[in-house]
Amino acid sequence: MFDPRGPAAADIAVLGWILIGVCLVVYAAVLGGLAWSLTRRRRETDDSPQTARRITTVITSLVVLTTVILIAFVAVSASAGRGLTSPTGPGALTVDVVGYQWWWDFRYRDVTPSDVVSSPNELHIPVGVPVVLNVQSRDVIHSFWVPNLHGKRDLIPGIVTHTWIQADVPGVYRGQCAEFCGHQHSKMAFTVVAESRDEFLEWIARQRMPASDPSDEAARRGRGVFLSTTCATCHTVRGTDAGSHVGPELTHVGSRRTIAAGTLPNTRDSFLRWVRNAQAIKPGSRMPSHQHLSTADLEAVVRYLRSLR
Amino acid sequence: MATATTISAEQETRIQAELERSWAVPRGVIGWLSVVDHRSIGRRYLVTAFVFFVLAGVLAALMRIQLAFPENTFLGPDLYNQIFTIHGTAMMFLFAVPVMDAMAIYLIPLMVGARNLAFPRLNTFSYFVYLFGGVMLFVTLLLNTAPDVGWFSYVPLAGPDYSPGKRADFWAQLITFTEVATLAVAVEIVATVFKMRAPGMSLNRIPLFVWAMLVMALMVIFAMPAVVTSSTFLLLDRLVGTHFYNPAEGGDALLFQHLFWFFGHPEVYIIFVPALGMVSAIITTFTGRPVVGYTAMVLALVATGFVGFSLWVHHMFATGLPQLGLTYFTAASMIIAIPSGVQIFCWIASLWRGRPRFHTPLLFVLGFIAIFVLGGLSGVTLASVPFNLQVHDTYYVVAHFHYVLLGGAVFPLIGGIYYWFPKITGRLMSDALGKVNFWVLFVGFNTTFFPMHFLGFQGMPRRVYTYPATMGWGTLNLISTGGAVLLVLGGALFLYNAVRAYFSGPPAGDDPWGGDSLEWTIPSPPPVYNFLHIPVVEGRHAAWDRSADPPVVTGIRSDCREVLVTDVMDAEPDNKVEFPSPTIWPFACAVVTSLFFIGSIFTPWAVPIAAVPLAVTLIGWFWPKEHA
Repeated sequence: MFDPRGPAAADIAVLGWILIGVCLVVYAAVLGGLAWSLTRRRRETDDSPQTARRITTVITSLVVLTTVILIAFVAVSASAGRGLTSPTGPGALTVDVVGYQWWWDFRYRDVTPSDVVSSPNELHIPVGVPVVLNVQSRDVIHSFWVPNLHGKRDLIPGIVTHTWIQADVPGVYRGQCAEFCGHQHSKMAFTVVAESRDEFLEWIARQRMPASDPSDEAARRGRGVFLSTTCATCHTVRGTDAGSHVGPELTHVGSRRTIAAGTLPNTRDSFLRWVRNAQAIKPGSRMPSHQHLSTADLEAVVRYLRSLR
Repeated sequence: MATATTISAEQETRIQAELERSWAVPRGVIGWLSVVDHRSIGRRYLVTAFVFFVLAGVLAALMRIQLAFPENTFLGPDLYNQIFTIHGTAMMFLFAVPVMDAMAIYLIPLMVGARNLAFPRLNTFSYFVYLFGGVMLFVTLLLNTAPDVGWFSYVPLAGPDYSPGKRADFWAQLITFTEVATLAVAVEIVATVFKMRAPGMSLNRIPLFVWAMLVMALMVIFAMPAVVTSSTFLLLDRLVGTHFYNPAEGGDALLFQHLFWFFGHPEVYIIFVPALGMVSAIITTFTGRPVVGYTAMVLALVATGFVGFSLWVHHMFATGLPQLGLTYFTAASMIIAIPSGVQIFCWIASLWRGRPRFHTPLLFVLGFIAIFVLGGLSGVTLASVPFNLQVHDTYYVVAHFHYVLLGGAVFPLIGGIYYWFPKITGRLMSDALGKVNFWVLFVGFNTTFFPMHFLGFQGMPRRVYTYPATMGWGTLNLISTGGAVLLVLGGALFLYNAVRAYFSGPPAGDDPWGGDSLEWTIPSPPPVYNFLHIPVVEGRHAAWDRSADPPVVTGIRSDCREVLVTDVMDAEPDNKVEFPSPTIWPFACAVVTSLFFIGSIFTPWAVPIAAVPLAVTLIGWFWPKEHA
C-alpha cells in the first residue's frame, strides 16, 4: 500500500505516513515516560500534595494533547476520504466487477450487446483516467482490492456498489479477494493491466471478436474434445457452440497472463496441470480434474485453449 | 449503632465450627457436580479456560507452521479453514471471556467481603453449560465437522446455500452455549457488586478491579443479546428455512454484520476491561501507593463501556455504507483512545510516584503497557476510513488485534495469575522462573506479531491458507513462525511454573505481596466461608486502611448460609437472606440445556421435546426449602 501507482492509493499512502509517523512519536514518548518513571531517583517530596497537584496538571495536559491529536486525525482522515468514494473527473469507462467462488469476471459494457466483453480475472484499464467499477457478487461476499491503486470495496450479494480506480503508471498490478469467501479465498486473485489508450482500444477490439478457427490439426482436435466433453458444460467460447456461464469465459483465454484466477502463469505446462488435476492445485474449486482424458486429448485441448488469443 | 463489643475466643471457635459446617463443600461425585461455592466454580472456570487456551494455541501453532513457507502443503484449505475458525472462536468465546469471568467469580466475593457470589446455583449451571459447549466445539474438530466459515461466520457464506452440512450450525450453537453461560455470570457479578459489598465499601471505595469487572458485566448484558440474535437468525435460516439473511427473499446479508459487530466490538472491551482492573490492582500493590486518579480511572472504565458500543461499523468500512455515517464511527473509534490514554497516563504517574518492586506480576504489567500502547495506536490508525480501506482484512489487522488482545488482556492476566496464585492455592509460583517466563513471552510475542504489520502493508490478506512465493512474503512469515516457537515455549514455562508451584511451591501466607484489598486479609487459600466475620471496610484500600482492631459485622447467623445484603450506594446493611445450598439440579439442568442446544442443530423438534425435562429440572432447582 506504500507503493501507490494511482491517485487514490497515493492519497491514502500520504495519510498513512502521517498517521503512522505521529503514532510512532507518541509511542516513543510514552515508552520514554515509562522508562523515566521507573528509573528516576525517588524524592522525599513524592507524596506531598504539591506533587499530587503537579501530577494532575501533567495528566490533564496530556489528555488535552491526546484529544487535539485525535481531532486532527479525524480532520485529515475526513479530508483524505472526500475524494476516495467518487472519481475526481468523469469516468472514462465503466466496468462491471462480478465475484464468483473463486474467480472474477470483468464485464465491459457496450450499447451493442454482442460487443459486451467479458475478461475473467484480467482487468485492462487505460492509464491516467478514472475507471468506474460497479461491484457485485453472484454468491458470497468478496472484496475487490488492488493495493497499488485503491482500498477495498466489498462485493455484497443483493447490492451493487460503486468504486473507481485509476492508474497513473502503465504496468501490471495484482489484486486479490480480501474478504474470506470459503475454500479457495486464498487463490482468488486477478491482474490489472494498465496500458496506454491506444493499447487499451486495440485490446478491447480484439476481445470483442469471437474465437478464430483453429489453424492446425491438433488445435482442431482440441476444439472437438472441448465441445464434446465436460468443458463446454461450464465455459463459453464465443464463435462455437460452447455457451455456458458457470465458469469463466474462455474466448480469449490464451491472451491472458494467468490462469485459475491468478494461481498459475499462462504456460503450456500450467494448462496441462490445471486441466488434468485442478483439484490438486486448487482443492475445492468448481473446476473438476480431468484425469480420464487421454494424454493426446489433453494436449490437444491445451493447444486449442492456448490458441484462443 | 456501632457499639464496641469484643468477641471472646470461645465464641470465635464456635462461630468458626458452625460456619465450616454450614458452608461445607459437598464431597463425592454427586457432591462435585453439586458444588455452588464461588471458589470451586472459579477454579474450574480458570482451569477449563486454560485448557481451551492451550488447545486453541496449538491450533495457532499449526497455522504458523503452514504459513512459514509460501505454497506450503502442511495443511490443506479445508483443514486450515476449520482450524482458523476454531482458533478464533475458542480464543474469544472459550478462553478470553470465560477466563475473565473466572477471575471475577473467584475474586469479587473476596474483594467485596462476601461469603459467596450472588445466585450461586446459576453459577454452577453456567459453568457446566460453558464446559459442554466447549467440548462440543473441539469434538467437531475431531469429527472433521468443525465450523469453517471464520469466527465471524459471515452470511451468505455461512448460510444454507454455501455451507451445506452442519459445520456452521455448530458455530451458531457454540455461540448460544457461551452466551448463556456468560450472561449468567454477568448477572451474578452485577448483583454481587451492587448488593453484597461489606458495610463501609461505598461506591467510591470499590477496588478498581471490581469496577472493571462491573463494567465488563454490564457490557456483556447489553452486547451479548445482539450476537445471540445474529446466530439464532442464522440457525433459523439454516434449519427451518427463514430468510433473514437471504437477499433473494428480501433478507439482508449486511444485517448479520451489524448484529455481529454490535456485539463484536464491545466484546473486545469485555475482554480488555477486566485486564485493566488487574493492571490497577498489580500497580497498586507493587508500587505500595494508591493508583493516581481513582475517580478518573473509574470514569475512564465507564466511558469505555459506553463508547465501546459506538464503534462497530469500523469493521464494515469497505461495505459501501454512506461516507457521512462512516465519519461518525471514525470519530467514535478515535474517542475511545481518550479513556485508554487517561488510564495509561495514570498508571505511568503511579509508577513515577511509587516505589516499584519488580516482581513477575509487575513485569507483565510493564510488558502490557509496551505492547498495548502500540496496539492501541495501530487501532487509532484503523479508525481512519481511507487508511482502513487499505489495511482492512490484512495482516496489519491481525497484528493489531493480537497486540491489544494478547498484549492488552493476556499479559495482565498472566501477571494476575502470578499475583493471585498464592491466594488461590496457598503457594507461591517461582519469581525467578516467572521473570524468565516474562522475557520469553515478551520477545516471542513481538517476534511473532510485529512483522505482521509489514505483511499487511505489503498486501497480505487475512485468512489465506497459503500465498504465492512471488509475493515476497516468505521471510517475514518465517520470522513470525520463529516467534511462535518462543510463544509456545513461554506458554509451557508458565504452565510448568504453575503446576510445580501447585504441588511443591513454598507456602504463601495470608499476604505475600502487601496487597491493598480485602482478599489479602484472610488465609490462603480462603476458608469455605471466606470471612470469619464480615468486615467493615474503613477505606478505599481495605487491607491497608484497616485499624489495629478492625470492626466487624455481627448478627449474621453462622448455623445456616445467611448473608448480608447492603445498598447500592453506600453499602449500608439492608437485609439478610439465606443462600441456597448445593444441589444436583443446576447440573441436571445444564445437561438438558446442552442436549437441547445440540439437538436443535439437527431438528426443530428439539425445542418442544426438551421443554419437558427442562421444566422438571427447573422445578427441582427452585423447589422451596424449609428454613432452618
